Amino acid sequence: MNSEILGTIIIFGATILLAWPLGKYISAVYAGNKNISDFMKPVEKFFFRFCGINSAESMNWKQFLKAMLTINMLWLVYAMLLLIFQDKLPLNPDGNPGQTPDLAFNTAISFLVNCNLQHYSGESGLTYFTQLFVITFLQFVSAATGMAMLVALFNGIKEKTTNNLGNFWNYFVKSITRILLPLSILVAVILAFNGTPTTYDGKDTIITLQGDTVQVSRGPAAGMIAIKQLGTNGGGWFGVNSAHPLENPNYITNAVETISILIIPIALVFALGYYLKRIKLSNVIFAVMTFLFVIFCAINIYYETKGNPAIDQLGIAQTTGSMEGKEVRLGAAATALWSVATTSTSNGSVNGMHDSLTPISGGVVILDMMINALYGGVGVGLLNYFIFIIIAVFISGLMVGRTPEFMGHKVEAREVKIAALVTLLSAFLIKGFTAFAAYLVAHHPEMGRAVKPGAWLNNPSYHGFSEMLYEYTSANANNGSGFEGLGDNNIFWNVTTGIALLLGRFLPIIAPIAIIGLLAKKKYIPESPGTLRTDSYTFGAMTLAVIIIVTALSYLPALALGPLAEYFSLY
Amino acid sequence: MKKSLLISLKLTLLMIILCAVIYPLLIAGIGKATPGGGKGRTVSVNGKVVGYENVGQKFTEDKYFWGRPSAVEYNAAGSGGTNKGPSNPDYLQIVQDRIDSFLVHNPGVRKEEIPADLVTASGSGLDPDITPASAYVQVKRVAAIRKLAEDKVRTLVDQQISKTILGPSVVNVLKLNIALDNLK
Repeated sequence: MNSEILGTIIIFGATILLAWPLGKYISAVYAGNKNISDFMKPVEKFFFRFCGINSAESMNWKQFLKAMLTINMLWLVYAMLLLIFQDKLPLNPDGNPGQTPDLAFNTAISFLVNCNLQHYSGESGLTYFTQLFVITFLQFVSAATGMAMLVALFNGIKEKTTNNLGNFWNYFVKSITRILLPLSILVAVILAFNGTPTTYDGKDTIITLQGDTVQVSRGPAAGMIAIKQLGTNGGGWFGVNSAHPLENPNYITNAVETISILIIPIALVFALGYYLKRIKLSNVIFAVMTFLFVIFCAINIYYETKGNPAIDQLGIAQTTGSMEGKEVRLGAAATALWSVATTSTSNGSVNGMHDSLTPISGGVVILDMMINALYGGVGVGLLNYFIFIIIAVFISGLMVGRTPEFMGHKVEAREVKIAALVTLLSAFLIKGFTAFAAYLVAHHPEMGRAVKPGAWLNNPSYHGFSEMLYEYTSANANNGSGFEGLGDNNIFWNVTTGIALLLGRFLPIIAPIAIIGLLAKKKYIPESPGTLRTDSYTFGAMTLAVIIIVTALSYLPALALGPLAEYFSLY
Repeated sequence: MKKSLLISLKLTLLMIILCAVIYPLLIAGIGKATPGGGKGRTVSVNGKVVGYENVGQKFTEDKYFWGRPSAVEYNAAGSGGTNKGPSNPDYLQIVQDRIDSFLVHNPGVRKEEIPADLVTASGSGLDPDITPASAYVQVKRVAAIRKLAEDKVRTLVDQQISKTILGPSVVNVLKLNIALDNLK
């Protein structure tokens, strides 16, 4: 048991050690400085020439957003069509059917927004063709979209007064060719050598030692699993994601996959420091994020290794921790670490069933998604954190009675309004939808739908409420993991979570880009002794307080009805 | 608008080729050089494939070591967990039933000796492993029904434990049972 806890510490430590140089490299890539991957230049040149892109052309914040939204809209249509007609397309050795329109709507949006809410099971709900041409494809491009948007933020902060946020296409292409693709190849090869399938062959049929005939799903999975982790997408090849012994064969692959979840989000925090030449700013941000992250990990590891008290009462010794929904080769501690890593970063992959987590751990992962800015999804995590910074700047300004400033630009009413609206939006979407769903379950359980509300929940009482709260929190945070007992493949859940996904992705991207666009245009005010220094640890503590207060005020009542109530009923 | 749409179309086409065609083919090519050739590592007995090393299978007969309970009855074409919450009374009843059934099949074992992983369902429903304790607790039953000395079966379990430096120690149920069948 102790070696398992040591294992989690080593995994996290290794992640930080690797993320540091990666951050430096990422900064060099986006700044266009000489670096080790310059051999990709001819490929990028070909891309730009073929597409008619002038990669040096500058874009203001509106042009930047327009380019991003146009290409995303195209992907949505493309993905939906392929999913609906997948049964008529090639590479379908298992003969799986096409998706229903509402499921295709949900799936296409889900992966477009770099989420992985999966209301289907990978083995039967997709074909190899859509696994690769829709899911894997979107896992690359949606991650690259988030990263490109973040560079726009970097540029806005870096220049004193500017309209130029850089070129979306340039950052987008390089995010794939220089960062996501090389790392994915590395991780995929490690997985393949540890037993994850790479074959295009369909299901295998075997007769087991005991004489049962069993079909075994396979597929070209290793590549997809690598990018699902690195791009903080999280959508698994198999239904149970990285709990599946082919998707995550042993403790080593589990360590590699855990590192893959965290490494780019953490590296981007360091990249911020190198890019702006403000190492201290990124250190402060990293410290705030890590402070909460480590607390969350400690809580979950404690409760998961301690076991479920209700099982204790049955007289069973839980020396290996709470094992329901967990795999023996991974163990309770590593699964607890993963649960926090995946919800911090809006990744959403799982290596154990979150629905079966003990109440406090379940509450922590929900809370983690509500904050959604501890490292966060690739690119978008720092954009979310930026919103918290703006609010912290504003409140600090009020406290000391000065006009709030961020990096030499006055933060005025318009910017603060945008930041406040985005913060409130999440709370509104999550709680509004959850309340609506809970109302239907309680008062219209027999409502005339294919799956009646009364049959949605897999667990009664407080835990049933948590299932619904988790689902909308996950959708809004573009996380994608679930309390998977929820019966969510029906029109109600496909459509409502689809809406939460779209709003939860694009508004939190548009808002910070608009804010930085507006700020960067303003006159630059040089720093003076009276300036509030945003790269000080005092300000870091202020941001931490804002994060805690905003989230606690918004969500504590909802958490009290679900995980907290369940905790008090069990302990 | 028209310009960015045109760029979007062309760029999408190139990215599909790069990410959905070249990349998986490259990995599949490398996969051919791995043990198992990227098709999953199979385990054979007398030249006949009896399973995948990493995919758990159902053992219900008393003469074999059992694996963990599975929400999907070890259906390797449709993985799944129970997704039962820790306080769910129906779930706790199921665990109680598993305990009772285990005690019936393993006379001489006391309740508090049953490791938790033998009465709780795995996350994937395909967990290929059990903890060493879960193997040891079944030694008595397996030895009795096969008319083997308990020490001999216990030594076999000892040999089948795989330890990693940091992760938990595990016993692969399929390999253990194959070794058991070979035991004379």
